[in-house]
Amino acid sequence: MMDNQTLTLVVAGASLVAPGLRRVHLVAADGSRLPPAAPGAHITLTLPGRIRNSYTLVSADPERGYELIVRRSDRSRGGSQHIHDQLAIGDVVAATLPHNLFALHSQAKKHLLIGGGIGVTPMIAFLARLRETSARFELHQIAGQTETETFTRLLAPRAGERIHVHAGRSTFDLTALLAAQPLGTHVYTCGPAGLMDGVEAAAAALGWPGSHVHREDFGAAGGEPFLLRLASSGIDIAVAGDQTMLEAIEAAGVDTPSLCRGGACGVCVLPVREGTPEHRDHYLSEAERSAGCLVMPCVSRSRSATLVLDL
Amino acid sequence: MATLFKPDETFRDDYRYGNSEAAILRFPFPFGEDSYMYGVNMEPHTRPGSTGAFAVAFDVDEHYVSECAERARMLALEPGRCLVLPHMQEAEWDTLELIMESLANDYPDQFILERDGLDWAWTNRPLGLHQRFRFGDATTLPHPPFEYIVRQAQGDFTLQDQRDGTLYIDGGIATTPADWSLAFDVGMTFHEWHGPVPLAHQAGVFDRALQYLMRVRYGHPARRLNWTMTVNPRLDTSPENYPLWGPDRASLNAENIGSRLFLRVELQSFFRLPRSNALLFGIRTYLASIDDLTRVPKWGRRLHRVIRDLHPEIAGYKGLTRYQDLLIAHLARYDDGSPTSPGIAPDLAALPA
Repeated sequence: MMDNQTLTLVVAGASLVAPGLRRVHLVAADGSRLPPAAPGAHITLTLPGRIRNSYTLVSADPERGYELIVRRSDRSRGGSQHIHDQLAIGDVVAATLPHNLFALHSQAKKHLLIGGGIGVTPMIAFLARLRETSARFELHQIAGQTETETFTRLLAPRAGERIHVHAGRSTFDLTALLAAQPLGTHVYTCGPAGLMDGVEAAAAALGWPGSHVHREDFGAAGGEPFLLRLASSGIDIAVAGDQTMLEAIEAAGVDTPSLCRGGACGVCVLPVREGTPEHRDHYLSEAERSAGCLVMPCVSRSRSATLVLDL
Repeated sequence: MATLFKPDETFRDDYRYGNSEAAILRFPFPFGEDSYMYGVNMEPHTRPGSTGAFAVAFDVDEHYVSECAERARMLALEPGRCLVLPHMQEAEWDTLELIMESLANDYPDQFILERDGLDWAWTNRPLGLHQRFRFGDATTLPHPPFEYIVRQAQGDFTLQDQRDGTLYIDGGIATTPADWSLAFDVGMTFHEWHGPVPLAHQAGVFDRALQYLMRVRYGHPARRLNWTMTVNPRLDTSPENYPLWGPDRASLNAENIGSRLFLRVELQSFFRLPRSNALLFGIRTYLASIDDLTRVPKWGRRLHRVIRDLHPEIAGYKGLTRYQDLLIAHLARYDDGSPTSPGIAPDLAALPA
């Protein structure tokens, strides 16, 4: 278990739940149990062309498997198109272990769920849990004019008086909804950035504590590839989008100390000679960051196409 | 490697406790260099390290059976040593599953977990237990799920709920605490329960550690070593029972310090729990007497230097001040001034005769 950091999944089922929305059912390729996951958790799939896309788990059961709903996106890099057009039953897909950056709050007096479009996926997972625990909740799902029926149908098995599907943003008074909530309510939003920003802004304007407002987050793991030049060793290393600088340095056979590998301990700090680091650590001070002379290769990346280190 | 359990050790009263040579050599000696200061010394708990104690998720060693008996004795005396707040119920089952899965994977000869849907069967051979139960149904176990499984594990555990940008200690078991009280700390935030630690707050250690811990992912556990010292091999050094063990410090003298003073090392481990999103914090205590440790020449030299140069506030916080000079004088004979290699490994395959 401890070193088993990726999952090999196989497509056990796939169906169109509505035009442009495909439900995919994944199980472990070797038939073993899958790790359980909390509602709000996601996995990151590695798709052809080294595309890594994160998808919320609509349901996760160690024995029955994981369920995703993927919207076809014409603007995508090809990930969702692959899932819609090519992915077939029996196909094998590599995935990360489930990771949760969108958890339900244990002390919420009430859970207010606001989904927009495909942002319905974590809401479906939340609904199952909130019903199971008899928690107080209310769901508002915003759909495009033509998709109201689709989302009503998608939520139908879980329907009830606390579930509302709105045709577009115009019919939905966000501020009035937030203003009417009892003290101790937590709001969870997932959907287009405009909707999530709107929820955050409306809640802040009404004086909601920031800790009561939650938006979907897949985290900032990975990023754009860049070139790393080790000045003293005279080596150029290509850092892939799904690889850390430290992993790339180690893969190139260069020995450099590290400990926590999470940007906290400071052991792996390296001097920067040229380029602009993108700092993601918790170790360097603001002054050290703005000086731009040091970088923590375990988590940080590069804003410039090339980063030159004294190593 | 088959572990031979020592079933009749005691951690109170007559203190029948000792380490085999193998146990000394795999002891997680906490000092990687000749001096000690607080820092963020966490690292992934996914790779074997320089001590056998790092090899698996939950280390089971020769003291397992006796430590479980001591835990049962402690809970019979003071049931309040296990406390879990109601909203941590899911984290209880997460803990049970994680520990059962890990023990069954890491020690297949000793522990067996059979699962058929939610109907589970658990076999613990060292303790002679066989239990059928329904996962998720606490009425099918003799104790609540967290207490049930931690009675079968060495070391203390706490359950941390992650919310509002911090961690709350919302449950746990503390029958082997190094002078901290779960009943006092329960419900506190990360910075609150670390409040008494000197120097580290100012150095930003807890701010950075918290950021790191909140990002610990499922399947990617972390660990660190912490240490203090205890007179006699006593596991329950709780504030509640201070009158029972505090005065022991006055019993040390030049003749008995080597055998009666123990380095107490905590292998702390941090696991993200999948269903609850809580963090399980393992505090596994290892005890070795000064006599045990000085059989490893590198450790004897290093321990002398660390204790001699220890910051007085750290010595005070760890409760060593009263006997620190006595200990330095005792350890000086093991320090010939020669250099020590970096890292915690004993650099020996067998102890000198």
